[in-house]
Amino acid sequence: MGYSFTAPAKNWATEPIERTEILWIVIAGSWCLFMFCWMIAWHWIGNQNMANEAYKTTPEAYAKKVEEFTAKYTVRQDKSDPSLPVVAPPPGSDVYLAASRWQWRPIVEFQKGKSYRVHISSLDWDHGFSLQPENINFTAYPGYDAVVTMTPNKTGTFGIVCNEYCGIGHHTMLGRIYVKE
Amino acid sequence: MSNEESFRPTVLQRILDDINFMMCLGLVIPTVFYTLWGVMEVATIPLGK
Amino acid sequence: MAITTAQSPFRTDPLTGLRIDLTAQALVKVNAVLAVVFLLVGGTAGLLVALTRWPAVHLLPADLFYMALTAHGIVALMVWIIFFEIAVLYFVASTLLSCRLAAPKLAWTQVVLMVVGAAMTFVAILQGDSSVMMTSYVPMNAAPHFYLGLILFAVGALIGCGVFWGTLVIAAEEKTYEGTLPLTVYGCVIATIIAVFTIASGAIILIPTFLWSLGLIKSIDPMMYRVIWWAFGHSSQQINVTAHITIWYTVAGLAFGAKPMSEKVSRTAFLLYICFLQFGSVHHLLSDPGLSSAWKIFNTSYMMYLAVLASLIHGLTVPGSIEVAQRRSGLNNGLFEWLRKCPWGNPVFSSTILSIIIFGFIGGVTGVVMSVEQVNMIIHNTIYVPGHFHGTVAGGTTLAFMGLTYYLIPVLFQRQVIMKPLAALQPWLFGIGTSIFAIAIMGAGTLGVPRRHWDVTFAGQALGFEWPGMAQMMLAIGEIGGVIAVLGGALFCVIVVGSILIGEPVPANAKNIVAPPADAGGHKEIGMGGFEAPGTFILAMVLFVTLVLYYFVNFKYLATLWTLT
Repeated sequence: MGYSFTAPAKNWATEPIERTEILWIVIAGSWCLFMFCWMIAWHWIGNQNMANEAYKTTPEAYAKKVEEFTAKYTVRQDKSDPSLPVVAPPPGSDVYLAASRWQWRPIVEFQKGKSYRVHISSLDWDHGFSLQPENINFTAYPGYDAVVTMTPNKTGTFGIVCNEYCGIGHHTMLGRIYVKE
Repeated sequence: MSNEESFRPTVLQRILDDINFMMCLGLVIPTVFYTLWGVMEVATIPLGK
Repeated sequence: MAITTAQSPFRTDPLTGLRIDLTAQALVKVNAVLAVVFLLVGGTAGLLVALTRWPAVHLLPADLFYMALTAHGIVALMVWIIFFEIAVLYFVASTLLSCRLAAPKLAWTQVVLMVVGAAMTFVAILQGDSSVMMTSYVPMNAAPHFYLGLILFAVGALIGCGVFWGTLVIAAEEKTYEGTLPLTVYGCVIATIIAVFTIASGAIILIPTFLWSLGLIKSIDPMMYRVIWWAFGHSSQQINVTAHITIWYTVAGLAFGAKPMSEKVSRTAFLLYICFLQFGSVHHLLSDPGLSSAWKIFNTSYMMYLAVLASLIHGLTVPGSIEVAQRRSGLNNGLFEWLRKCPWGNPVFSSTILSIIIFGFIGGVTGVVMSVEQVNMIIHNTIYVPGHFHGTVAGGTTLAFMGLTYYLIPVLFQRQVIMKPLAALQPWLFGIGTSIFAIAIMGAGTLGVPRRHWDVTFAGQALGFEWPGMAQMMLAIGEIGGVIAVLGGALFCVIVVGSILIGEPVPANAKNIVAPPADAGGHKEIGMGGFEAPGTFILAMVLFVTLVLYYFVNFKYLATLWTLT
C-alpha cells in the first residue's frame, strides 16, 4: 500500500527487486561500462583525439609569434580578401592562428596528408575555432596557447567560423584554411 | 512499540535516510573531483617559451 | 505567550485530502505565478530568437538578437525554472509531510530577493550593454548590476532551499511522518543538495566577477572562470533533471495510484545522482585546451557513467510503476493495454509522458553521445547544443512542470482549469513543437552550423561560405517548430492565468481526485513471462537500441575527420 508521495513501508530496503528492473540494470550497466572503456580506448584505436597540450602565454607574446610566423611563410595575398596574407608553412612546423574581434588570422595553406602543429589562441575575448565543413570545434582563450596536431585528409577550402559568442561582430568572424595536394 | 524498537534498518537504508550525510557527499565529491581537480589542471598548465 | 489565531493555519483540501499550511500555500502560489509570468517573458524572447534565426524571416538586427538571446537564456533557463522549483519545494515539504513551513519570513525574503535579482539582471540586459549571453564568459564584460542581480537571485534561491530543509527538520521533530521520507520529498532533498553545490559555485565565480566589473579586481582568468562557472551553470540543469524526475514519480502516484517499483532501486539511483551527476559540468570544457584527458574522462563519464545508469533506471522505473499500477487495476492484457488506456487527453498525464519520452529519446540520448570526450569535437558550440538542451529543459523539465501545474491549480487555487479542450491540446503543441525544434537544429548542428550566431549566411563576408542546403532547411524547420512550441507555451500561460482569475471555484464537497492506491486493486498476478512491466521493458529496449546505434553513428562520422592528435 502506498504511493510515490507517501512514506514507504518500514522495511523498504529489504523488499526484493522485480525482474524487469534487475534485467534492465544489468543491460544498462554493461553498456555504461562499455562506453567508459570505449572512450579510453579511442585514444589508441582512434585518430581523432585532443592531446590537451597548452601553454600559458599573453596576448602580446602570442601576437608577436603570429607576426613572425606570418612574415616567415607568407606566399601571397588572398584572392577573396586581399588584405589577408596566405601563409604556407612547411609540414611538421608550428602554425600560429590568432583569434581577435572579429577575425581569424592569418589564412594558412596546408598539404594533404602532412602534419602541422596548429596553435590556437585569442588576443582578446574567448572565441571559437570551428573548421567547416569538416566540423572540428575547439575553444580559443586569451592567455592560453593550445596546440593541436592536425593532418588534413582531404583537399579544398575550409572555413573557420567563430562559434563562441564574442560580441556584436561575432557573426562576421571568419578565417580560412586551404588544403592542397 | 516493542516491535518498532526491534526493527533494525539495513546499512543501505540508514545511509540513504541520512539526508545530512547525503548533503556532505553531494558537496564534497563534486568539489574534490570536479572543482579542485579542475582548478589544479588549469593552474598546472606550463608557461609558454 | 500563546498567540491564538482566529483560524486554523491549515485547511484540508477536498480534492486530495492533503492538509495544507495556508502560509505555505500563499508562498507556493506567489512563486508559481511569478514562474509563469517569467515563462511568458522568456518565451517571448525565445520567439524573437526563433523568428530571427529562421532564415526567411530574419526579424531582429544583430544587436537586438544577441540581447533577446541573452534574455531568453537567463529568464527561461533560470528564472522561470527556479521560481517553479521553489514552489515545488515549499509544497512538497509542507503539504506532503503535513507540516507547517519553516521560517515564513525568510521565505518571503526569498521571494523578494529573487524578484529584485531577476528584475535587475533583466533591466541590465534591456539597457543593451549586457548582451553577454547567459554564460557571460570573461573577459567579455556586462554591467555590474547584471552580475549583482544574478547574485541576489541565487541568494534568494539558497534561502528557499534553507526553508525547505528547515521544514524537514520541523517535520522530523514534530513527527509528522514516520520512518523514511516519501520518495517525492526525497527527490526534492536530492535536488536541494545539488542546488547548494550549484549556488556555492555560482557565488565563488560571480561575486569576483561582479567586483571585477566594478573595477575592484584587476582580472579574472578566463579558463578558471569557465571551469567554475560551469559547476554553477551545468549543475543548475542537474537540479532540473532531479526535480522533473521527482515530478514524474509524483504524478505517477497522483494519477495512477502508483508507487515506485522498488524504493531501494529508485533511492539508490538518487544516491548515484548525488555522488556523480554534478561531474557533468565538464561537458562544456571537453574541447578546451590544457585540461587532461584523465580529468575530462573521469568527469564526463560521471565516474564510469554511473549517473547515466541512474537516469536510465529512472527512465524505466517511472513508466514501469505506471504499468504496474495499471495492470494491478485490471488493465493486464497484452503488452500495451495499460498504455493504450492511459488518459491521453488529460494534460496532467500527457505532459508527463511526453516529458519522459522527449527527455529520454531527445535530451538523454544526445546528451550521452555528445559528452563523449572525442565526439564533443564535432558538437562543441554548434547549434546542436541548444537542440540537445531544449530536449532536456523545454521538453523534459518545462513540460513536466506544466503537467504538475494542471494538477495543482484546482488544489492550491481552488479553481477549475478553464478551456479544457485547449488544455488537453496544449502539452502536445508544446511537446511536438519542442521536439521538431530540437531534432531539426541538432541536424543543422551536425552539419556544423554554429550556435549564438546572427547570420549563418555570412552575407557580405569576403571569407564567407555556404552551408549545405540541408543545413538551411533544417534551420527553417527547426525554427518553425520553435514557433509552435512558443504558441504552446503561451497557451499554457493563458490557461494558467485565466484559470486562476476566472476559473470556476472548486466546490467544497468535490470528489477526491487522487487515484486509489493501485496495490489495493486486488490483482496479484500481473505481467508476462515473469516480468511485471514487460511493456515498459520493451520500450526501454527501444531507447537502448536508439542510444547504441546513435553512439556508433557518431563515431563513424568522427572517424572520417582530419587526423587530430
